[in-house]
Amino acid sequence: MNSSSGKSYMSTASSSVLWKAGGDVVADQFPAGLRVLLVDDDPTCLMILEKMLKACQYNVTKCNRAETALSMLRENRNGFDIVISDVHMPDMDGFKLLEHIGLEMDLPVIMMSADDGKNVVMKGVTHGACDYLIKPVRIEALKNIWQHVVRKRKNEWKDFEQSGSVEEGDRQPKQSEDADYSSSANEGNWKSSKRRKDDEDENDERDDTSTLKKPRVVWSVELHQQFVAAVNQLGIEKAVPKKILELMNVPGLTRENVASHLQKYRLYLRRLSGVSQHPSNLNNSFMNPQDATFGPLDLQALAATGQLPAQSLATLQAAGLGRSTAKSGIPMPLIDQRNIFSFENPKLRFGEAQQQHVNNNKQTNLLHGIPTTMEPKQLAGLHHTAQSMGNMNMPVLSHGSQSSQNNPLLMQMAQPQARGQMLNDSTVGLAPRLLSPRGQSMLSNGMATNVSTRNGVPENIRAPSYNPVSQTSSMFNFPMNHTSELPGNSFPLVSTPGISSLAPKVAFQEDVNSEIKGSVGFMPSYDIFNDLNQHKPQNWELQNVGMMFNSSRPSNSLQGNLDHTQSILVQQGFLSGQNRNSTVISKAMFSAGDSTGHVNAQNSNQHLNSLLDNTVRVKFERVADAAPANLYPDHFGQEDLMSALLKQQDIIAPAENNDFDFDGYSIDNIPV
Amino acid sequence: MELVQIQRSLVDYTKSLFMEGFLDAQFLQLQQLQDDSNPDFVFEVVSLFFEDSEKLLNELIIALDQPNVDFKKIDSHVHQLKGSSSSIGAQRVKNACIAFRNYCDVQNIEGCLTCLQQVKQECYLVKNKFETLFRLEQQIMASGGSVPTIELGF
Repeated sequence: MNSSSGKSYMSTASSSVLWKAGGDVVADQFPAGLRVLLVDDDPTCLMILEKMLKACQYNVTKCNRAETALSMLRENRNGFDIVISDVHMPDMDGFKLLEHIGLEMDLPVIMMSADDGKNVVMKGVTHGACDYLIKPVRIEALKNIWQHVVRKRKNEWKDFEQSGSVEEGDRQPKQSEDADYSSSANEGNWKSSKRRKDDEDENDERDDTSTLKKPRVVWSVELHQQFVAAVNQLGIEKAVPKKILELMNVPGLTRENVASHLQKYRLYLRRLSGVSQHPSNLNNSFMNPQDATFGPLDLQALAATGQLPAQSLATLQAAGLGRSTAKSGIPMPLIDQRNIFSFENPKLRFGEAQQQHVNNNKQTNLLHGIPTTMEPKQLAGLHHTAQSMGNMNMPVLSHGSQSSQNNPLLMQMAQPQARGQMLNDSTVGLAPRLLSPRGQSMLSNGMATNVSTRNGVPENIRAPSYNPVSQTSSMFNFPMNHTSELPGNSFPLVSTPGISSLAPKVAFQEDVNSEIKGSVGFMPSYDIFNDLNQHKPQNWELQNVGMMFNSSRPSNSLQGNLDHTQSILVQQGFLSGQNRNSTVISKAMFSAGDSTGHVNAQNSNQHLNSLLDNTVRVKFERVADAAPANLYPDHFGQEDLMSALLKQQDIIAPAENNDFDFDGYSIDNIPV
Repeated sequence: MELVQIQRSLVDYTKSLFMEGFLDAQFLQLQQLQDDSNPDFVFEVVSLFFEDSEKLLNELIIALDQPNVDFKKIDSHVHQLKGSSSSIGAQRVKNACIAFRNYCDVQNIEGCLTCLQQVKQECYLVKNKFETLFRLEQQIMASGGSVPTIELGF
């Protein structure tokens, strides 16, 4: 069914396949043959409508009493495609009938009345009518009623796909479950998309305060990984909650938990695939289609290649998920990450605690500099991937995966969706270079998007990020490894989604220079980056990314270790302005001239948007080879971090021309 | 009379009905629904309407004659009448129903009675009009001609 449903989503023509019109052979001539049940107590209207419907080539059954209609429907549940009913009827109120039908048969129902008062129409809406026609009804109005049938079917299939059951209502409560995922924006987003079947990101707030019937399930990293593994095993198209649940074999987990998580996941994947909701795009989705430069960063592929550790993949996916689902998307990893990462690395200075969602926190870990804990697998994943990506412009996956440093940052610019988390990750690695000013949120896109993405952000991130990427493919090659010096630079990748600019080009690697430069302000540093062979684990990339790529701003927080020589990572602008909310300030610390090249890029990812102010302040921090520990303050709140950083560094390089055009990602602070 | 003349008469007559507000565009919809498979469709529907409306009007008379007028019921009837009259395009009847409902809402019996009379009158008038119309159509068809379709060009 999935496949066919996919088709049917697409076109009504294909939906004819769905119509196995009770015996009618008109399946291919849809909407001809649509089986309509007409209910009206007025004989004149009944006659006219019947004639009209027949003129539309529908298959009409009429009755003048609601009771009769109901019994007809009950006897033959699948005998009708749609019901048209009058509002005012003597034996039963039309709305009552509507309710019955909705509950028992779940058919689309159109209400009709000569009454066009707003209240009545509203009542129709609230009772679930899919349309309301005002009498006198014209034939033109009837010609299109088939759309309601298609729409309903489409929704049903989606439901089916996602949760294994066709209950729409089922979902709502689940959403509340996910509330713990953190960003309500995500949640709202998810919900809305659920409802609307479109993939707008709006509705951040549709926060579901509703029925929280069950205790929330926290999708930890491990749990999510299990989930993803199960899904992959089943095949994304066939993954139904029941089977997933079985495969996961987690005690205490219910099918509903899985179903709702699956929904989110699917949404996430869809978003990744570039916005179109193609279930099939799932795998590619990590990359924004636009960001083709990266080439499809297929996380899964990456994972397959071993580049991306499974965990990372999961994380990333989770991150992605998180994003799309309005909630902080990756609920899991990210949230956990926060704990995991960041703070494991004390060094991470970055920290400004990301304001962003938790994700950010994770991101900070990206500061690769801190090899430690960044465990967040995600991070690792990211990095890892990043590395493998080589110079890919890897979309910064800002998943929380902030794999610790060595993992290539997967900066997948994964769709701009700012998965908040992603950015974190991405920023980390990428950060340093990336920030290609190009506005495109370079890596940040990937990352930025992730950054606490606000739903809106993704947009930004998306496109832009790739720009940089393309440019520099090598850009952020820093894959985190570069960060050699950057101690724990887990630049707090500000997960700001905004970090688009961070262009996850994480590949800052050496090549970064040119590319990144522009935005990254690192200009000079690019070379440095090149030099940075030392790849310190820092994930500048991430950091940079974190920098807030406040999307739209080219926040190039360069983070990267420039060990060599003074590569100074310019932290662009992120610091400036940003700070705003929790953006992590990632400072790239460059150990200019120092062998250590610790660069701690801290990106303050305030909303990436702010970064885009171009007030990039480049902070150069030359950190002597001091033990990184000093450098990285422990999780600091944003302010703390800032001050800590400031203390540590004395250098604050002026931001260079950052013309990062980060797409408005807002980089949340990347908690260090 | 010559066929052509009758046809012209029909057309003119129909147009006048529109002009005078007896009929509206919905009637044209009805006419469009009529086809060879159902050549008397309009006639059937209109006949049905008058049958039904007569019943409704009687109900209304009775209801308004009660000591305790049940306005809800009256409103319901009038609503239905409004719906069916609008469905066949009997515009003036419909308008009279709308006025009737307004009085009903404020529970003005006098007003309701007046409106009831008005509705009755309009029904009667449009019924006559239709009868003339159908007669002309029958004549045309009896002469072997086809009923011209009216196009509202005005």
